[in-house]
Amino acid sequence: MTAREARLALAHLWFAVGAFGLAAMMGVMQGQSRANTALPFRSPKLFYLSVTAHGVLMALVFTTFFIMGLGYVLCRTTFDRPLVAPRLAWVSFWVAVAGTVAAAAMILLGKATVLYTFYPPLQAHPLFYIGATLLVVGSWGWGAVMLLNTRAWRREHPGAPLPLAMHGIVATVVVWYLATAGVAAEMLFLLIPWSLGLRETVDPVLARMLFWWFGHPLVYFWLLPAYVVWYAVLPRQAGGKLFSDSLGRVVFVLFILLSTPVGLHHQFLDPGISGDWKLAHTFATYAILFPSLVTAFTIVASLEIAGRMRGGTGLFGWIRRLPWDQPFFTAVALAILTFVVGGFGGMINAAYGMNAMIHNTAWVQGHFHLTVGTASALTFMGAAYWMWPRLTGKPLRLLALAKVQPYLWFVGMLIFSTVNHITGLLGMPRRVYDASYGGEPITHTWQDWTGLSALGGSILFVSAMSFVLVLVATAVGNARETDLSFEYSEALERPTARTTWDRLGLWTAVAVVLVLLAYAWPIWDLLQLERFGSRGFAVP
Amino acid sequence: MRVDPYERAWMWASAVMIVAFVATIAYGAVTQSYHPPSHVETIDPKQVWSSPSFQPLGVVERADGSIEVRVIAHMFAFQKPEIEVPAGRRVTFRLSSVDVIHGFQIVGTNANTMVMPGYVSEFTTVFEKPGEYLIVCNEYCGLSHHVMHAKLIVTPRAR
Ligand code: HEM
Ligand SMILES: [Cu+2]
Ligand SMILES: [Cu+2]
Repeated sequence: MTAREARLALAHLWFAVGAFGLAAMMGVMQGQSRANTALPFRSPKLFYLSVTAHGVLMALVFTTFFIMGLGYVLCRTTFDRPLVAPRLAWVSFWVAVAGTVAAAAMILLGKATVLYTFYPPLQAHPLFYIGATLLVVGSWGWGAVMLLNTRAWRREHPGAPLPLAMHGIVATVVVWYLATAGVAAEMLFLLIPWSLGLRETVDPVLARMLFWWFGHPLVYFWLLPAYVVWYAVLPRQAGGKLFSDSLGRVVFVLFILLSTPVGLHHQFLDPGISGDWKLAHTFATYAILFPSLVTAFTIVASLEIAGRMRGGTGLFGWIRRLPWDQPFFTAVALAILTFVVGGFGGMINAAYGMNAMIHNTAWVQGHFHLTVGTASALTFMGAAYWMWPRLTGKPLRLLALAKVQPYLWFVGMLIFSTVNHITGLLGMPRRVYDASYGGEPITHTWQDWTGLSALGGSILFVSAMSFVLVLVATAVGNARETDLSFEYSEALERPTARTTWDRLGLWTAVAVVLVLLAYAWPIWDLLQLERFGSRGFAVP
Repeated sequence: MRVDPYERAWMWASAVMIVAFVATIAYGAVTQSYHPPSHVETIDPKQVWSSPSFQPLGVVERADGSIEVRVIAHMFAFQKPEIEVPAGRRVTFRLSSVDVIHGFQIVGTNANTMVMPGYVSEFTTVFEKPGEYLIVCNEYCGLSHHVMHAKLIVTPRAR
């Protein structure tokens, strides 16, 4: 990677890390606020503002910028050829930065306290919607750069299958394009004209449908790059081999097909949508468990190979031999472990009937802090430990801190998330400044737990700050380490020819048909109703 | 494509498990018409207060002897804030919002629905256990979202 190319990747990654650090500070205060700790500046307005900023910065900004940076690194180093279209890459970066700054400014000025889901008829300042849209437009440019590079590489390697990492990144780009079509429609046709006063009303159910068309595949946009790291980097760093390269390819194709036609499972409790459509989306939701289960097997088998190559014996003896003191490895391994737990919770969320028990309760925040907040985020932290020395040419500093940081995150998250799952089952709603409802007796069952949740949040915060500190210390250090390069997993059996599963264009076409089937009809049904839109309600 | 026999077995087991999940849900949906609240009915949010389908508000006995509860959600309260229904009877809730999206969750039960301006939410349930229940709004609806709540009183069934 040339210095210029490294700078491109680092610009994205630093921006992501900055957003993460800022959002972590908000997270810890939210945890305290929910525990009714007497912070001097505690107020409902600040709480909801903070939750909006935390959700946007974590779920949309940190993830997107990190994935873009990681994508550049993977693309440049697995293809091993100069990056095509660097100009487009930089322009896209600045568009995304400008959009983020505009949206964040509106949030911090208190003109967009609508949370990161921005459901109308709550209405934000137009710049919030425009800024968020620009962030997405910037990411589209990144996707185009990934595809242009893939085409360039393919021309030079006719008939060869893509490196698995790029197979996964191209799948990520496809999922992202399919997903963002929904939110782009929501922004361009509904929210932006409505917030500018060019449109008097919007239909909240239609808006939510378009939002969740985007919102569910969004989670696969967070997850697929993590899977890429699990498949293409982890086995190598653990000292083993990838158990199956070809199944990895199947897995990414299945995500292209199934990520999007599932969004109605976020709207189980919405009026205006028939139960049959909700049921159809439920089936696809369960089908998408399959690629994750296959991944679980492949990754554990790869780690077993690594453990045995390191001299581990016996049924479980190999586990102890894995490099549990290496920051990259522990971060990623603990992320995977967490994801198993989060996956079980997900099956409950998706169960048509059980969903009503937990919908919009604290359970949900417990769930997604395990999945995006750990499976993805902790994998990204590990990936940062892997990339920083290789991008900067400097070895990791504060190594001891880097070694304990993933464990801290894991423990903090275990506490935070377990408590939130419990209080959710007890009925405590999510997204509330104070859940005591004037001291109603039943609220004591959950209020007693909030201190523990805040403790988990504080441990998470210490871990988050340690992570940022290690990266900063590494970057300002001046020791040189020149022999590190980006290395990828070797598979037990390396595919030599392209198969059906490598035909990503074909699968994308099938996915488009599935999305249309899953959405065109229910949206059509909705449009047939005599609908009454809503005017906007600004949050003071 | 060569697949390791253990992994193949795992994949079959996964597939069977998924089919079992889906079959269970489909069975419940088809034979017991078990669906989450999915009522399709629209209403002009400006007309909700005066709409005949919400007048009078609160608990109404229907012609067929079943009970209907009509609730309007607004920033930041439910009307009416106190609802009293008998245990062991079928109760149909009908709800709508006059401003933003709200939630309606009866804590300790699985009664939970979104309340949207422009739409009528409806679900039917039976409360077996008499007592007082807390109702909360569980969708963010503005800066006083956390104070939006109501009370449900389930009275013991008449002997
Ligand atoms: C320092 C670590 C973290 C702490 C202490 C923390 C804490 C919290 C708390 C207390 C809430 C508010 C819950 C509520 O009242 O409903 C929240 C919401 C949220 N968090 Fe985190 N969090 C952390 C890290 C993360 C990470 C890494 C992500 C994702 C990458 C994330 C994504 C979110 C999202 C999407 C929300 C939802 C906001 C909403 O409901 O609108 N958080 N977090
Ligand atoms: Cu409300
Ligand atoms: Cu509310």
